[in-house]
Amino acid sequence: MRDFLRLAQFVAAMIASVFFHVFDPAERMSETWRFARIAAPVVVGVTFLLAWEAVVWVNDIPPYILPGPWLVAETLWRDGPSLMGSLLVTLKITLAALAAAIVIGGLLAILFAQSRLLELSLFPYAVILQVTPVVAIAPLIIIWVNNTFLSLLVCAWIVAFFPIVANTTLGLNSADRNLVDLFRLYGASRWQALRYLRLPSALPLFLAGVRISGGLALIGAVVAEFVAGTGGAETGLASRILEAGYRLEIARLFAALLLLSLTGIGIFAVLSWVSRLLLAHWHESALPTED
Amino acid sequence: MAELVSIAGIGKSFRNGVAALAGVDLDVTEGEFLSVLGPSGCGKSTLLRIIAGLMPPSAGKLDWHADGISGRIGFVFQEPTLMPWAKVWDNVYLPLRLQGVERDAAAARIGDILAAVGLQGFEQAYPRELSGGMRMRVSIARALVTEPRLLLLDEPFAALDEITRTKLNEDLLALWRRHRCTVVFVTHSVFESVFLSSRIVVMGKRPGRVTSEVKVDFSGPRDADLRLSAPYAETCRAVSAQLTRAMT
Repeated sequence: MRDFLRLAQFVAAMIASVFFHVFDPAERMSETWRFARIAAPVVVGVTFLLAWEAVVWVNDIPPYILPGPWLVAETLWRDGPSLMGSLLVTLKITLAALAAAIVIGGLLAILFAQSRLLELSLFPYAVILQVTPVVAIAPLIIIWVNNTFLSLLVCAWIVAFFPIVANTTLGLNSADRNLVDLFRLYGASRWQALRYLRLPSALPLFLAGVRISGGLALIGAVVAEFVAGTGGAETGLASRILEAGYRLEIARLFAALLLLSLTGIGIFAVLSWVSRLLLAHWHESALPTED
Repeated sequence: MAELVSIAGIGKSFRNGVAALAGVDLDVTEGEFLSVLGPSGCGKSTLLRIIAGLMPPSAGKLDWHADGISGRIGFVFQEPTLMPWAKVWDNVYLPLRLQGVERDAAAARIGDILAAVGLQGFEQAYPRELSGGMRMRVSIARALVTEPRLLLLDEPFAALDEITRTKLNEDLLALWRRHRCTVVFVTHSVFESVFLSSRIVVMGKRPGRVTSEVKVDFSGPRDADLRLSAPYAETCRAVSAQLTRAMT
């Protein structure tokens, strides 16, 4: 079963990466290639699903070991409403963690940009927080934070906040040198330089950080729930996956996995769209290719 | 004419031990168009940055003979140095915004200066939508919008093609006459300096210092005909000779 799980994860990752390419604004091409970009992975996906169904059918593999994709789809349809409830719980934690990562990460970066000393003294601790596996800190957080939702939120935040801090700090410090001089020449205050120069300069890198953090927040929310288990009536998708695994309801497990992947892709797509919207007109990444 | 600033014995050594400037003496007269001509690496950009107050000198001093000059200096860099996220209008508005001028109050001045540099109709364009020459025009408009008393230009047209450069030279002269500000123009082009300036200061290398000075005075107007005239060619030859001597 482990192997099949791993296989399913691999497939989900493959599909996800293909979708990421489709949604990635930096890579746009001519009509033919755009068509191929959608059509080619769809053909591969359908072929794979058919082969999967055939293998299950020919070898008569029982559904508690490997359900066919059709059964997974059926289960998703049947259990959809109840799984959606769990997805909502996971999504709430994810979005709250992402929001906290954006606010706290952004503020930390601004703080770092104000003083080199502050950055030097605090940045290593941000790194430590980032490199420590959340699975290892989660039990502590669950003990310290009484509220389950809040403890899951903190775990997901720890996973998600670093790319935003690191990227935004880099962005704030990479404003055009001549523009910095120009602001000095006109006697701009610290606040003016931040508001009119450093923040806009940092925007592209900040948004790239947010796109990474969106996915990490979801991973953080799921991992944290795996560790924390269920607390109370509301259970997230991670608990449903664990539960389905214990009961050998592999079809439901796949269905939950599929929902998670789709959610991750959805978050990435929305964040990419927002990023493109904000950078339209001026940043290289958001401009159409000229041909 | 009165002097605007006297530069006495200015020297600049960088932390890595390179002496960029040593013992530079220079008086900038109010209302003149002064070109600083020299080979690359002679410290002319450094000198300009010291005058702008963007860099402290390691030796010597600057004496300003006018009050309240700080905040009334315009600077044009080698690159247009525009904010890519802001439209042309907002790029030109920047210096006024930093001085606390409201958008409404600034509108008339920005409209005037954009018209003067030939950019009316491009207010809502983003820098990336403009050609190199037009971006430089935005940069010049931004420097002039505060009505500076001193305009510093650091090889602003070096990256432009010959045709654009010629046109911008003529337009810059017209702007200088209109705004009656003092100009210090750094360049490595003999032809450009002769065409534009009322005075040329030639700088030599290692360490950067002023080696000679040429007054430029043509009787006729400075236009396309001047570039083909004998006095122009003669002056160019004389300045070239000075430059060659400065480099040896």
